Amino acid sequence: MISALAIRRWCWVHKWTSLVCTLFLLMLCLTGLPLIFHEEIEHATSTLEQPEELPAGTPWTSFDRILDTAMAHRPGEVAHLVFSDPHHPHELYVGMGTTPEASMEDDTGVIVDARTTRIHGTKKFGEGGIMDWVLKLHVDMFAGLPGKLFLGVMAALFLLAIVSGVVLYAPFMRERSYGVVRRERGARLRWLDLHNLLGISVAAWVLVVGATGMINTWADLLLKLWQVKELGAMTAAYQGQPYRPPTASLESAIATARVSEPAMKFSFVAFPGTAFSSPHHYTIFMRGDRPLTARLLKPILIDAQTGAFTDSRDMPWYVTALLLSQPLHFGDYGGMPLKIIWALFDVIAIVVLVSGVYLWWKRRKVPVEIDLRQSEPATEFAAVKEGSIA
Amino acid sequence: MSAPASRFRKLWLVPLALAALTAAGLTSALVGDGAWDALSWLALAAPVFAAGSLFARR
Repeated sequence: MISALAIRRWCWVHKWTSLVCTLFLLMLCLTGLPLIFHEEIEHATSTLEQPEELPAGTPWTSFDRILDTAMAHRPGEVAHLVFSDPHHPHELYVGMGTTPEASMEDDTGVIVDARTTRIHGTKKFGEGGIMDWVLKLHVDMFAGLPGKLFLGVMAALFLLAIVSGVVLYAPFMRERSYGVVRRERGARLRWLDLHNLLGISVAAWVLVVGATGMINTWADLLLKLWQVKELGAMTAAYQGQPYRPPTASLESAIATARVSEPAMKFSFVAFPGTAFSSPHHYTIFMRGDRPLTARLLKPILIDAQTGAFTDSRDMPWYVTALLLSQPLHFGDYGGMPLKIIWALFDVIAIVVLVSGVYLWWKRRKVPVEIDLRQSEPATEFAAVKEGSIA
Repeated sequence: MSAPASRFRKLWLVPLALAALTAAGLTSALVGDGAWDALSWLALAAPVFAAGSLFARR
């Protein structure tokens, strides 16, 4: 049995961790709600041309032609990335920027039909309408890496609030069974019970989504760590060589990668000089083809001058953890029903957050002991008059 | 059954079952498609339904 002193301490932890992070968590829950359906919203509002209906099995043209098409569309720019989205199997996204090192966030993406090289349109951050801004607010509040790390700290506080809330569930429920809400004793007790019961019902989900969200705030740092440690080790022989624009055929580079990992599928290729590659290589990222492995990537480095295979290593555990944490945060891995369930969980989380603030506001004058004692209204009144500590 | 054990069950049986269903649901859609997805929807619907029914009884 948990001691009275321990309960008071856990209450203190729950109150302060919650109060500090609630405003940000509310923002995250509210912006997260439309983001669950971002694919559907983007599809409905897209200005891109739809891929032509061609016979099934129409082969892709060569990556070199696709690249030439995108380069001709954005003269004076360099390619950063060619990405194959499993949800749009016939289209490739070619990210183009001003210099090799320029941030990919500023890229103009040229959408090219991989079978015909027809251009379906371009995408650029900020031109995608309101959803771009909702995403930016959710990810870093328009504050870049510091914004991400700040939200990571808020997520850590949220996790503490969840754990302390679970610890406090038993002492606050006393002798009542799960599901019993005291409805006739005023709004505050009713919402105290609802807060406890709703909270404990969705505790596992908010814990998973909160923890994976926190891991996602470290994505930039983990990528940098991978680039310095792993990519650095794989390309040690190239150290000190200056950057040169790639000349090797992209088509044969990707073919070499496919030979190296015949059981995997092409996900994307990062060009020399970008954050996902070395200055001297095409880094081709292959993915698995099962639901569990589709998000796990394996990089294959191909010399961008000679087209020769340089190295390939499995991702370190921290990148694998990041890649696995993404579906568990986004809820996009089980079709539309899972997205709807995700949205319902999110709404329940909002109710728990708002009722928590309400209880704190109402509770400022009511000591914790009152709720624990499951008191009669008379004793509650007496205790308040005695001026017990809130 | 002893009193503390019965009290524990009253308090924790449903929350623990909901947490187990949540964990199973989150995992099963990762493992496979089709039936695995359907299993995930069913398992995850339980905590959502439990939370919703707290309001319905008002």
